[in-house]
Amino acid sequence: MTKRRFSQQAVSDWMKGDGPESDIVISSRIRIARNLSHKPFPMLATNDQLVEVMEQLTEVENSGKLKPIGKFETIVLSELNELERRVLVEKHLISPNLANESRGGAVILSDNESVSIMINEEDHLRIQCLYPGFQIKEAWTHANRIDDVFEDETDYAFDEKKGYLTSCPTNVGTGIRASVMMHLPALVLTQQINRILSAVTQVGLAVRGLYGEGSEALGNLFQISNQITLGQSETEIIDNLHGVAKQIIEHEKAARSRLMSESRLRIEDRVKRSYGILSYAAVIDSKESAQRLSDVRLGVDLGLLDDVSPQIMNELIVMTQPGFLQQAFNEKMSAEQRDYRRAELIRKQLRSQTEHGGA
Amino acid sequence: MICQECGNRPATLHFTKIVNGEKTEFHICEACARERGDSIPGAVNGFSIHNLLSGLLDFDPSGSASSASLKQQQALRCEECGLTYTQFSKLGRFGCSSCYRHFADRLDPLLKRVHGNTVHSGKIPRRTGSQIQYKREIEQLRGEMQGHIEREEFESAAELRDRIRELERKIVDL
Repeated sequence: MTKRRFSQQAVSDWMKGDGPESDIVISSRIRIARNLSHKPFPMLATNDQLVEVMEQLTEVENSGKLKPIGKFETIVLSELNELERRVLVEKHLISPNLANESRGGAVILSDNESVSIMINEEDHLRIQCLYPGFQIKEAWTHANRIDDVFEDETDYAFDEKKGYLTSCPTNVGTGIRASVMMHLPALVLTQQINRILSAVTQVGLAVRGLYGEGSEALGNLFQISNQITLGQSETEIIDNLHGVAKQIIEHEKAARSRLMSESRLRIEDRVKRSYGILSYAAVIDSKESAQRLSDVRLGVDLGLLDDVSPQIMNELIVMTQPGFLQQAFNEKMSAEQRDYRRAELIRKQLRSQTEHGGA
Repeated sequence: MICQECGNRPATLHFTKIVNGEKTEFHICEACARERGDSIPGAVNGFSIHNLLSGLLDFDPSGSASSASLKQQQALRCEECGLTYTQFSKLGRFGCSSCYRHFADRLDPLLKRVHGNTVHSGKIPRRTGSQIQYKREIEQLRGEMQGHIEREEFESAAELRDRIRELERKIVDL
């Protein structure tokens, strides 16, 4: 296993397009924030202290303590170049913050890329589990086990009343952020999305775009996560998110079947036009490609296109991001060149799909 | 207009500061400006705008209570990492885990706003967590023991003392 592999191979486990409810829920993610006691948080720690934190935490992997859970590899961020770091961000394996701003940063990745343990991000330790489809409870069980391993080896900053102490007051308590990434094209098309999303924010959940905080909802992808971390148990937090996501799934399903019964021809036309554009366009920007890929994915899920696999959208959304494109073509590119290369990559992927007989 | 410093001579230096639509004015006479060791603009030892501006920042025309509490807030500082409460409120990040203890008095309203809650009810670390459990138990037993002693029920008190010792040993063994 080489470090390069993580940044060159496009497909992580979570993108494979399987898992429960995978026609609507792309992925489920748990992130646990922890800090070591008696060390300042990364923002104020000296470089020496951060190196100590990194050594102490990577030792847990090096000494084989994570072996019962799976195969892991430690990557020190200062050993990667800028592009390799960016690709890890686009694959959701590390946060933009860890890639760009951290000192003494490192990441411990599982070989199927479903677990990434970030060191010296905003907190000393952030355990992230990313599962395909609707598996938020499974992701929590797994992340919780990893948390126990680290707790056996290190002293966490924990307070009886305030729980796990974190750098940001919005994470204190359980330190967990649970989120599901949902593809909701029918709710967007039928203009129900705003009503539903504003209801979601009223029950203590937050809605964001594909790349987290501040990113817009490209390609009809919405990330729904808990806001509250203090005063509710982990199980309550996850059950709440699970329940709301389940309802949204039902709404999206209802909207899809209504679209199919009331305006099948228009949907079919839209899906096939998008498929046509993706198959033949010479230049395409990331916004249009995200929208077209969303259409195609919807077409696949509705059974309107049968020679494309559902994995294609998940994969292409990642592969058509700027960093990944540059890596794939091994050159630095202007925005214009990227749009050209993006179109080329999409055409090639779609063609290889049909040549291999599709899904 | 009369000089705000001496209240005698007419003010000849006028400064107006407008921040977010809030206007603050500052008027002094030449003599007072000189007395402060400064001189007027254009003269030798040029009266620097900077001096006057920093003076303005300290200058509080209303002398209100809010500035007193602001001072207090500025003075609040985490003894462990040195982060002040003012810095914390600007950054939105704590410097270390002790900040939670040092800013405790001000934290609960903030946490209540963010989480609707102030007390953790989730997971407790297995290793250090059981210590917390034992400590809680010991505290409770000590209270009970004290009650027995006051009522001169020494036998029951001795029983509790033994249980407390046992728990204390457990903590050491952890």
